[in-house]
Amino acid sequence: MFETILFVALITTSVSMLICLIRAIIGPTTSDRIVALDTFGITLIGFIGVIMILQETLAYTEVILVISILAFIGTVAMSKFIERGVIIDRH
Amino acid sequence: MCVFTALHWATISPLLLAIIIPFIYKYVRQIHTGWFVLILPVILFIYFIQFLPTVSNGDIISNSVPWVPSLGIHFNVYVDGLSLLFALLITGIGSLVVLYSIFYLSKIKEQLHKFYVYLLLFMGAMLGVVLSDNLIVLYTFWELTSLASALLISYWYTRKKSRDGAQKSMLITVFGGFSMLAGIIMLSIITDTFSIREMIAQADIIASSELFIPAMLFILLGAFTKSAQFPFHIWLPDAMEAPTPVSAYLHSATMVKAGIYLVARFTPIFGGAAEWFWIISTFGIVTLLWGSLSAVRQKDLKGILAFSTISQLGLIMTLLGLGSATLYFTDGQNVEIYLAAIVTAVFHLINHATFKGSLFMSAGIIDHETGTRDIRKLGGLMTIMPITFTMSLIGLAAMAGLPPFNGFLSKEMFFTSVLHATEFGIFNMETFGMLFPVIAWIASIFTFLYCAVMFFQTFTGKFEPSNFKKVVHEAPAGLLISPLVLASLVVIFGFFPNILSKSIIEPAVVSIAPMLADSAYLDVDIYMWHGFNTELMMTIGVVVLGTILFLLMNKWVKLSIYKKERDPFNRVYDGLLAGVSTGGRKLTDSYMKDNFRQYLIYIYSFIVLFLGYMMIHLDVIALFPEVYAPIAFHEVTLVVIMIAGAITVAVAKTRLTSLAALGSLGFAIAIFFVLFRAPDLALTQLVIETVSTLLFLLCFYHLPLFKETIDSKSSQIVNGIVATGIGVLVTVLAISAHNNRYFDSLVDFFVDASYEQAGGNNMVNVILVDFRGFDTLFEIAVLGIAAIGIYAMIKGSIKEEEL
Repeated sequence: MFETILFVALITTSVSMLICLIRAIIGPTTSDRIVALDTFGITLIGFIGVIMILQETLAYTEVILVISILAFIGTVAMSKFIERGVIIDRH
Repeated sequence: MCVFTALHWATISPLLLAIIIPFIYKYVRQIHTGWFVLILPVILFIYFIQFLPTVSNGDIISNSVPWVPSLGIHFNVYVDGLSLLFALLITGIGSLVVLYSIFYLSKIKEQLHKFYVYLLLFMGAMLGVVLSDNLIVLYTFWELTSLASALLISYWYTRKKSRDGAQKSMLITVFGGFSMLAGIIMLSIITDTFSIREMIAQADIIASSELFIPAMLFILLGAFTKSAQFPFHIWLPDAMEAPTPVSAYLHSATMVKAGIYLVARFTPIFGGAAEWFWIISTFGIVTLLWGSLSAVRQKDLKGILAFSTISQLGLIMTLLGLGSATLYFTDGQNVEIYLAAIVTAVFHLINHATFKGSLFMSAGIIDHETGTRDIRKLGGLMTIMPITFTMSLIGLAAMAGLPPFNGFLSKEMFFTSVLHATEFGIFNMETFGMLFPVIAWIASIFTFLYCAVMFFQTFTGKFEPSNFKKVVHEAPAGLLISPLVLASLVVIFGFFPNILSKSIIEPAVVSIAPMLADSAYLDVDIYMWHGFNTELMMTIGVVVLGTILFLLMNKWVKLSIYKKERDPFNRVYDGLLAGVSTGGRKLTDSYMKDNFRQYLIYIYSFIVLFLGYMMIHLDVIALFPEVYAPIAFHEVTLVVIMIAGAITVAVAKTRLTSLAALGSLGFAIAIFFVLFRAPDLALTQLVIETVSTLLFLLCFYHLPLFKETIDSKSSQIVNGIVATGIGVLVTVLAISAHNNRYFDSLVDFFVDASYEQAGGNNMVNVILVDFRGFDTLFEIAVLGIAAIGIYAMIKGSIKEEEL
């Protein structure tokens, strides 16, 4: 029963990732795409968490942390890119 | 025995002296360098003369030094009659030519060190060719003669004609030399040795081999190109751009006879075969006729001599071909007839070297003293240059075959041989054999004609001082010595031919036809007078018809064919040369489009076609195994995400879209790593994907927008086909490889050993830094190089105007 629930969760998260991706592809503005990718990353965290429960392992905790950091950094970088055109300012 | 004998030193001594010559030239400028060179061939000539008694007794001198013993290559020197004859020609005429060149080439104007280095290089190479018993060594020296000859032809390298002549002779002789190498290798495959003597001992094994004919053809190709046989003769007239001593030495007396030597040397192996007989005698007789016909049209003294050399070489070749029948009949009365042909060949070889050498030198003297070699400008030199006139008269009369000179004897003997050719009764000689005497006779008429033209145009008629840039006078004594020696030899051999017969001709004939060594037929005796017979009538006919043709010269000089000097086969050669270079360029241009996409299409098409063919050919495609792992729905969703991402990358209209799609593709791969339990990979993949996405962003900021269409419709279709092919191929390959697994993987070892032997729980990391740490080291190096490279590209970039 528990396993079934986990699989349902996996399917749900993967479908939502797919939807995020569709938004990222068709999204009329760049901001839409960035937000979609950010959401994609967060959903990914949940997806991997479920897999960790399913595989009964703690090996992916770092992965989750890295994804969250990267999603943040990536979103900030891309936002900065569309706002100023550069990511790293020169002094 | 690893000891160099005197004979070995003698063979390579010219090459050793060639090393010292530049130093002598540099430090002893007041004396002509040629004097230092002259010593060596004289010593060598005296040294080789000493072998005469030994060789006349039928003894053979042979010494071996290992060179590459593991490959059966030994530096064997081997002196028998044939080798000795050539060695004496090379050193004897070599001495005379060096002496002549001392007076011919100016000490001040010419680069003498180069000349003598090349000449000594040639002399050593030529000695090596005739004295080597090992075929690989022979081939080495053979190519060295081609090289030295090309260097000597292009001695005045600032002239275009010299360079062209050198290139032509190089291309043709090296082409032949290379094919000869193929023949040598075939022979060594049959007999398992490189030694000629051992091959002769196995002649019947060679004759029954299926490589017999190919080996023969390849070796003959080498001999024919070197000896300027039809149709490879075209390089010889162009080689006349060389200084005259070179022409006299290489292109009349020695190098062009290397092919003759080769044919004579291989006669004991191939002789007796109908193919050998027919090929050599046919090519020889055609060369004889063609050379004599072409020589008539020449207006340049050296041009006439070049074609006459071709023609005379054809004559010797014909005789060797006819003589090879000796090996078919080793016994019986017939042998006498064929043997006569070999004797004549050897005799004429000597005769030709003497009179042609003196003629070339005389032509050189005329050129040297008048400034021209054009027979239309020359005339009336008889009283001005009496000695040159006398020498030329002797040489030309010998060449035309007039008594009492040696050419008369060899021509009579030649007629005898070709007349008897029809009586052979072998190799279907009775059908085409009739042509031999007829062609030989016609060729002799033309030989007489060009000799007469050359003589009368040069020395008789009116002397026109306005034709010449210099004040014409007789040559200095030094220049006259060498041709005088040769011309007197012509006379001596003419009157006393038998001083040659026992001493050198007989041993040489035994080398060509070894089974006759003890035969009663081998009794070389050359008579000056042999009675009123057909041969004498033929000679009288030659003289009469030749004289008539010469007297009618005013008529036929107007014919257009007389005005065309160049050999028509040059057109074939030029066409081939131009065709190869333009064809090669066109071929390269057709596929080297300087377009990266094009090359990728070649590479990928090749991979698809080759691997696809091999997979079908080896029948390894296995798409449906018994068990796959079960597939869950979320995995399918992930795959759909990846496919959607990949398609988006391909069809996206803006760069940012394809970048986002690429990023999601990378993240999906990271999730697959998670699904398949690879946390380290997943971590790395995520970080790298982010960094590379950011790098792409950095790049895109500086790039212009996508162009609407880059490729044409058709090339897009081609790209699509190739890409699909690669995709299908890799998929099929991966699945088939998975289904064709024959061995268990090493995984169990790592599972057991990573904690016990390496003390780590993280197996991936233990493999990376412990079991397979070397790979990691060099991947670190790769990253380091990449970082340094990027830094260098950014900081160290060269400004555009500096390029």
